[in-house]
Amino acid sequence: MDLATFLVQCLNAVQYGLLLFLVASGLTLIFGIMGVINLAHGSFYMLGAYLAFSLAPLFGQQFLLMLAAGVLLSALFGFVLEWVFFSYLYQREHLQQVLMTYALILVFEEMRSLLVGNEVHGVTAPSWLSGSFALGALMSYPWYRVFASVACIAVAAALYFVVNRTRLGMMIRAGASNRDMVRSLGIDIRMLYRVVFAGGVALAALAGMIAAPLSSVYPGMGASVLIICFVVVVIGGIGSITGALLASLLVGFVDTFGKVFFAEFSGIGVYLLMAIVLVWRPEGLMRRGY
Amino acid sequence: MATDRTWIVPVAVLLALAALPAVLTPYSQDLVLKIAVYAIFALSLQLLVGMTGLVSLGHAAFLGIGAYVAVLATGDGGPASLLWLLPAALAAAATYALFVGVLSLRTRGVYFIMVTLAFAQMAYFVFHDTKVGGGSDGIFLYAKPVLALAGTTLVDLDDKRQLYYAVVAALASTYALLALIGRSRFGHALAGIRINEQRMRAAGFATYPYKLAAFVIAGALAGLAGLLLAVKDGAVNPELLSWHESGAVLLMVILGGIGSLRGAVIGAVAFTLLKELCQSEALLGPLAGHWQLTLGLAIIAFVAWLPKGLIGLGAPGKTRAAQRDG
Repeated sequence: MDLATFLVQCLNAVQYGLLLFLVASGLTLIFGIMGVINLAHGSFYMLGAYLAFSLAPLFGQQFLLMLAAGVLLSALFGFVLEWVFFSYLYQREHLQQVLMTYALILVFEEMRSLLVGNEVHGVTAPSWLSGSFALGALMSYPWYRVFASVACIAVAAALYFVVNRTRLGMMIRAGASNRDMVRSLGIDIRMLYRVVFAGGVALAALAGMIAAPLSSVYPGMGASVLIICFVVVVIGGIGSITGALLASLLVGFVDTFGKVFFAEFSGIGVYLLMAIVLVWRPEGLMRRGY
Repeated sequence: MATDRTWIVPVAVLLALAALPAVLTPYSQDLVLKIAVYAIFALSLQLLVGMTGLVSLGHAAFLGIGAYVAVLATGDGGPASLLWLLPAALAAAATYALFVGVLSLRTRGVYFIMVTLAFAQMAYFVFHDTKVGGGSDGIFLYAKPVLALAGTTLVDLDDKRQLYYAVVAALASTYALLALIGRSRFGHALAGIRINEQRMRAAGFATYPYKLAAFVIAGALAGLAGLLLAVKDGAVNPELLSWHESGAVLLMVILGGIGSLRGAVIGAVAFTLLKELCQSEALLGPLAGHWQLTLGLAIIAFVAWLPKGLIGLGAPGKTRAAQRDG
């Protein structure tokens, strides 16, 4: 492997890891604060990809505007979904949460099939992001992937700012460490839950929208992302955004370089990584720290 | 003290199952067979979820491994003998359960759910991505196993009737084994862990080996269900290990009722029939094409309004403790 190939693979690993981070950070926040295990979180990623597919013709070259519209729509969707469904799950056992969100996946998949059908679709990147730049003599790297990484870094920075520097972030951190105390201090915990849930949905959908031009848009695309995100959350530690970031990048590198070196067995690489972390630190790399 | 009559219903059901082939059409016999195999699968998970309090979302891995080993070990060389095929399938499933158990039991709660799911997905990828088991298409089982002693064939699972009785026998043995475990010292230790692990540890029990033993036994029994499923269908594919299967078997356990053996069996019956109903065009018309929607909504309704499962319906007078142990 020469230097240029190595660089390209590193960029791919970072880009994949950052996309995973967007999905996993919402998942880990929802776990950490509401204590809800949400199997349907992958469906929000799928929702984003299909939003990109349906909104792209309307917005044309206004790609950023389309992302913003998609984020708004999905946040609204998450807000309502928390209201009518998830708020009833908090008091239930994990087992029941697992089953109800499992059933929710079936419902979402069928709705997707009814609304947009079962075909595999492609979404083209806007022309101002198409093309690629040269890396070394032989390799080139597409601009859209650079854009994807930069966008994810921007979102991660914004998330860091919100969680660590704002009043809302203070409530989120307090909610993660002691739910009952937050409630007894007079903070409207139901509204906080709703906002966090909507935020998690929006993050996952944004990841789906950004990923849509990179991969195709297909049925069941949420499930594989969901399970990888579980691995990320287990490695990073539940409730920890920093842990999710570290673990996402780690998983991104293991997956990308696994595909290069062990093509056939690449699928199991990230799970072996999880096994090692479980032996070494069963609580995850960063448990409940921000 | 009242005499213990809990054996009456299972024995009556067993007798009814034994008599059924006389009156069943081939289609319904196949359906009963499928339900019986899934009942074994659900029973094996009940040992974890209901008896030990471990919610595993990766139980399909052991079903799939048992099924794949049954097919791969048979190969192309004619029917294999159950004498070694059965132990091989159980041992393979138990070995993977040991690996998963050693690691996943270091975690608890939500973590345990996610870790078991992830390790099941790892096994799924091994069969899906590599050539080991024919990739995503799976492989056929060309010759169904036989049980022959001293040259005479005692059991030939290629025969539909004999397969049926073999599955019923396996279901009865699994049920009896788990009932015995439930009454043993080991079973009481598991119940103690389910109710309060902290207290069990304070009482001097090293809880980890107990949980690990339960995990391995459950894995082996799921492997048994896998072997029977492979023989029944005559083929295996990676979807057997998919997380949809893991979710489905967990649903069976909760639909029937957590903690009771007959709950697991009732759950297997209810879930399989519910799925058949949702897919039946004769009953639901055009809705049958969208069976995931009806099934999903039905599951949500069930879990919301029947958290104790179907078994909670039939026993309104019983105390909670009696329901748990029944």
